[in-house]
Amino acid sequence: MNKTIITVVGKDTVGIIAKTCTFLAEHNINILDISQTIVQGYFNMMMIVDMNNASEKFGEIAEKLEKLGEEIGVIIKCQQEDIFNSMHRI
Amino acid sequence: MINMFEVNETNEMIEKENLDVRTITMGISLLDCIDSDINKVCDNIYKKITGKAKNLVKVGEEISREYGIPIVNKRISVTPISLIGAASCESIDDYVKIAKTLDKAAKEVGVNLLGGFSALVSKGMTPKEELLIRSIPKALAETERVCSSVNVGSTKTGINMDAVRLMGEIIKETAELTKDNDCAGCMKLVVFCNAPDDNPFMAGAFHGVTEADCVINVGVSGPGVVKTALEKVRGKNFEELCETIKKTAFKVTRVGQLVAREASKALDVPFGIVDLSLAPTPAIGDSVADILCEIGLEYAGAPGTTAALALLNDQVKKGGVMASSYVGGLSGAFIPVSEDQGMINAVTAGALTLEKLEAMTCVCSVGLDMIAIPGDTKATSISGIIADEMAIGMVNQKTTAVRLIPALGKDVGDVVEFGGLFGYAPVMPVNKFSCDDFINRKGRIPAPIHSFKN
Repeated sequence: MNKTIITVVGKDTVGIIAKTCTFLAEHNINILDISQTIVQGYFNMMMIVDMNNASEKFGEIAEKLEKLGEEIGVIIKCQQEDIFNSMHRI
Repeated sequence: MINMFEVNETNEMIEKENLDVRTITMGISLLDCIDSDINKVCDNIYKKITGKAKNLVKVGEEISREYGIPIVNKRISVTPISLIGAASCESIDDYVKIAKTLDKAAKEVGVNLLGGFSALVSKGMTPKEELLIRSIPKALAETERVCSSVNVGSTKTGINMDAVRLMGEIIKETAELTKDNDCAGCMKLVVFCNAPDDNPFMAGAFHGVTEADCVINVGVSGPGVVKTALEKVRGKNFEELCETIKKTAFKVTRVGQLVAREASKALDVPFGIVDLSLAPTPAIGDSVADILCEIGLEYAGAPGTTAALALLNDQVKKGGVMASSYVGGLSGAFIPVSEDQGMINAVTAGALTLEKLEAMTCVCSVGLDMIAIPGDTKATSISGIIADEMAIGMVNQKTTAVRLIPALGKDVGDVVEFGGLFGYAPVMPVNKFSCDDFINRKGRIPAPIHSFKN
């Protein structure tokens, strides 16, 4: 199964997780893992998700998430997990 | 499972430290395009390139989006055109016609540079190879994206001094024909010793005759990542310094390997090699010279520069080799002047000279690269510089190259603007003493002895 990593970084505000998760549910994307911290008012979240049954193509989802991030005032990135596995696992 | 720390580290490298994949280069053999009719050859070449590479740019962009890693350039290298045109080209204009076809094909598939307007003449030149070399100035002046290279020597064959002499004149002529454009033709012309068959980096890329019909080669980069990693080990001993470079090079190269594998799969073209290079750009924080400063030099060019660069180059290779299943190309630190803000600063400060750069090329990848010299430098002096650099490659069994830009109408202290990835370069002084009688001798320098290594 190809996993996707979604990172959300930016100034903390109400509803970041809610809005992101609602978007994912609407697009049939399953969340497998969430970790989140707040350091000095900065929100930092990483999600591992399964996009294999997503309602749209990867590129379109990534673009929409980026836009959603702009609306909330955070940066949302969507990347295939392989880039991190390649770099950090032998 | 991947954790947040690792994800953030990777993304910081990409966002703040200019980590990118510098190029995906598709090598395409044109050997099956040969014909005795020049129009047929051009037709075959255009069809083959636009057929093989039609999805190259699209696939590159898709991979870039999926993994969130910039892939800066998508490029093509082809079989040396001296071989492809030998049966049909009777004049300079015939070869220029092929160059224009290559340019048109490059534009059609959307790649920004195409390499392989080349001749391999390390021992001798056939009349057709000489004709191709003589057509280079016109070909580069009349095309936009075509790059040219000439291999004039190797460890096994020695140095073809007739070709070295000719290249001095060709570089001057290329500058002359493109003088309205800051002598830009010379940026697309490289003279090599021991040129590799699988180099993905321009302007020296060509698809060697030992290669398969079509392959994907990838060039990685990441001077900014190495520099940032080294900031954390200031004042530490050499062991820690070297380990840090190795680990960073490993991580950078793994990204290149991933991109190469994915591109190869998506395009259904075999994966060739990953070129482990530290390739700088004029962007701030993307400089090899800055790494040398971080290692402990005030400026690149200060005493100790050659040792620091030797260390850097070696650790990059040691770290990178394990990260990729096939390594090739030029693999090492590049030290172009105009494409590296730290190098430009060093030249401007008076810390870095042509002679020191020459010494640096003994221990790192490639050679005297993107250096602007006074426009009135004699052709024989350029040939002399080429001969010196080729001798370093020949004796040390490594690839060396020369890419000089005679800045017509400009002198030491002036600045030449190239724009974009090519940056700008202060004109550097060249030793004024003559080497005419040396360069004007005919023939070649014999291959060096391979024992008694002293």
